[in-house]
Amino acid sequence: MLASLEGAVTAATLALTAMGLSLVFGVMRVVNVAHGEFYMLGAVIAWFVSTTLGTHPAIGFVGALIVAPVLVGLLAAAADRLILARINYDPERTIVATIGLLYILQQSTLMTFGPDARPVEPPFNSRIALPWWRQGENGLEMFYPWGLATTSYKLFIIVAAVAILIGLWVLLTRTRIGLVMRATQADREMATAFGIPVERVYAMVFGLGAGLAALGAVLIVPVQQAHYLMGADPLLLSFIVVIIGGLGSLPGTIIAALLIGMSDGIISVFFSPTLAKILATLVVAMVLVFRPQGLLGKASA
Amino acid sequence: MTAATRDAALHLGVLTLLAGLWFVLPTYHSGNLARIMVLAVYAMGYNLLFGYTGLLSLGHALFFAAGMYGLAIAMQQGGWSAAPGFLAGLIAALVVSGVAGALALRTTGVAFMIVTLMFAQAGYLTVLYFGAITRGDEGFVIPQAARSLAGIDLTTPANRYFAALILFGAVFLGLAWLVRSPFGRTLIAIRENEARAKMLGYDTHAYKLRAVILSGTISGASGAAYALLFGYAGATFATVQYSIFPLLWVLLGGAGTTIGPLIGAIFMFYLIDLASGVTDAYMLIAGVVLVLLTLFAPQGLAGTLRNRVWPWLP
Repeated sequence: MLASLEGAVTAATLALTAMGLSLVFGVMRVVNVAHGEFYMLGAVIAWFVSTTLGTHPAIGFVGALIVAPVLVGLLAAAADRLILARINYDPERTIVATIGLLYILQQSTLMTFGPDARPVEPPFNSRIALPWWRQGENGLEMFYPWGLATTSYKLFIIVAAVAILIGLWVLLTRTRIGLVMRATQADREMATAFGIPVERVYAMVFGLGAGLAALGAVLIVPVQQAHYLMGADPLLLSFIVVIIGGLGSLPGTIIAALLIGMSDGIISVFFSPTLAKILATLVVAMVLVFRPQGLLGKASA
Repeated sequence: MTAATRDAALHLGVLTLLAGLWFVLPTYHSGNLARIMVLAVYAMGYNLLFGYTGLLSLGHALFFAAGMYGLAIAMQQGGWSAAPGFLAGLIAALVVSGVAGALALRTTGVAFMIVTLMFAQAGYLTVLYFGAITRGDEGFVIPQAARSLAGIDLTTPANRYFAALILFGAVFLGLAWLVRSPFGRTLIAIRENEARAKMLGYDTHAYKLRAVILSGTISGASGAAYALLFGYAGATFATVQYSIFPLLWVLLGGAGTTIGPLIGAIFMFYLIDLASGVTDAYMLIAGVVLVLLTLFAPQGLAGTLRNRVWPWLP
């Protein structure tokens, strides 16, 4: 029960991060290897904002929630304009360029932020005991066992992530921007022919994808800590999620994020974490080898 | 001068130059150059797959580490001497690249890159998992006494330099010959247009698998030689970073040229060497170079030379 709640927290932030990766791949056909670094930047900016504002943790947190995704999104959009657009989104060169971007972002953070992990205070953090049931004298009775508790902040992460995902869904399906994005995804050349500024859409999608990763990081950073190497795990997990869910399939991404997020805690109960990672990595590689369209993706021609 | 003699002159000239440098360079730089030559073997193995066959792998550290640990574990745990140990490294890399290649080649393009990346990540984690034997990140040292081949002590700077040069020369000349052979020509044909090569009747899958295995085994030879000559095996060599390095060297030097991997390895080695004197964040240089290369010189140094100055450059 507790493991599954922790799993839900992981799944919630993972869904946000993976959604960013999936969106970028879906619309632009770009595999963004630097995605984990945008996540890391989100956490680091959250730390900067909350320490410079420095009054109440809640103000810093709200500030970070706004500033981090915007800054990271702008940075990503700039990277798209300056680098990716110039190499015409050629798939292989894009991967090489984003690997370069990964090192640039990561190492610049090392130079400025330093090698230490730094905590960010959660805006509110009351302990909530959770009820459980047991066979008592009068049949089934409710009680509060010791150790079965969570914090209000963790519940907030889940709620916030769901809200953001719903917002994203509305953006994609109900607004003009979403329509333009989907049109670009469906057929780039046709979209250009209809006067859609595809280049600007690409920059926006790349920024939005990075912003989602940063949001996920801002939400999780009060639970974890900000560190310049923290991008590696979310990158790998997001890849796994996007591949399992089917490259470019957004509902698939969410289902896969739930699956991976929830099972991550459960697998590591049975195996050593390293063995669990080995197995997970190999399983995902095998999915790509034998079912490249993903578990939920449609078979392409 | 015919094309064949000109190629031979160039390749033998490079080897003579490298041999001559030993007598000129101060100890620090000749030590570096020995290391660079071993790493250039890795880069040349990578170049066979990336530069000539057109397959971009992000997981070659798996093969490098297979060779390294094949030798190191055989010598450390099995008490083998250097020659059979080296063979064990080669066989380990051969088997690993055969299996990884057979699976990964079912995919193409971006999926191939990700699958190889994941295989290498699984390999790295496996090294960590068997920490009792591999000592994980810390690694282990191969005792100096065991590191001799046919009675020649490989731990003295001179012997180490020339051992590295012999391995480098063998692979360098071997690959220069291979890419001019019908087999190498077929690989280039696959790089240029796989559908056409297939239509001409070549079993492209079999050719690509052979290229992966050959490339992986050469990378493994480099890993085994690194462990043998420098006496150390550690999990660092299995990380993603060591999958990126050969890509960086080959891209910088020039993919699909025989001499590019050496040039790229020399440049990057000294660039990182200089940068790490200034800052801990020396991988920043690697990132900047990668981005600049993809933007402005996708052909690399030797490739640009070939385009602008010497069209005959092999």
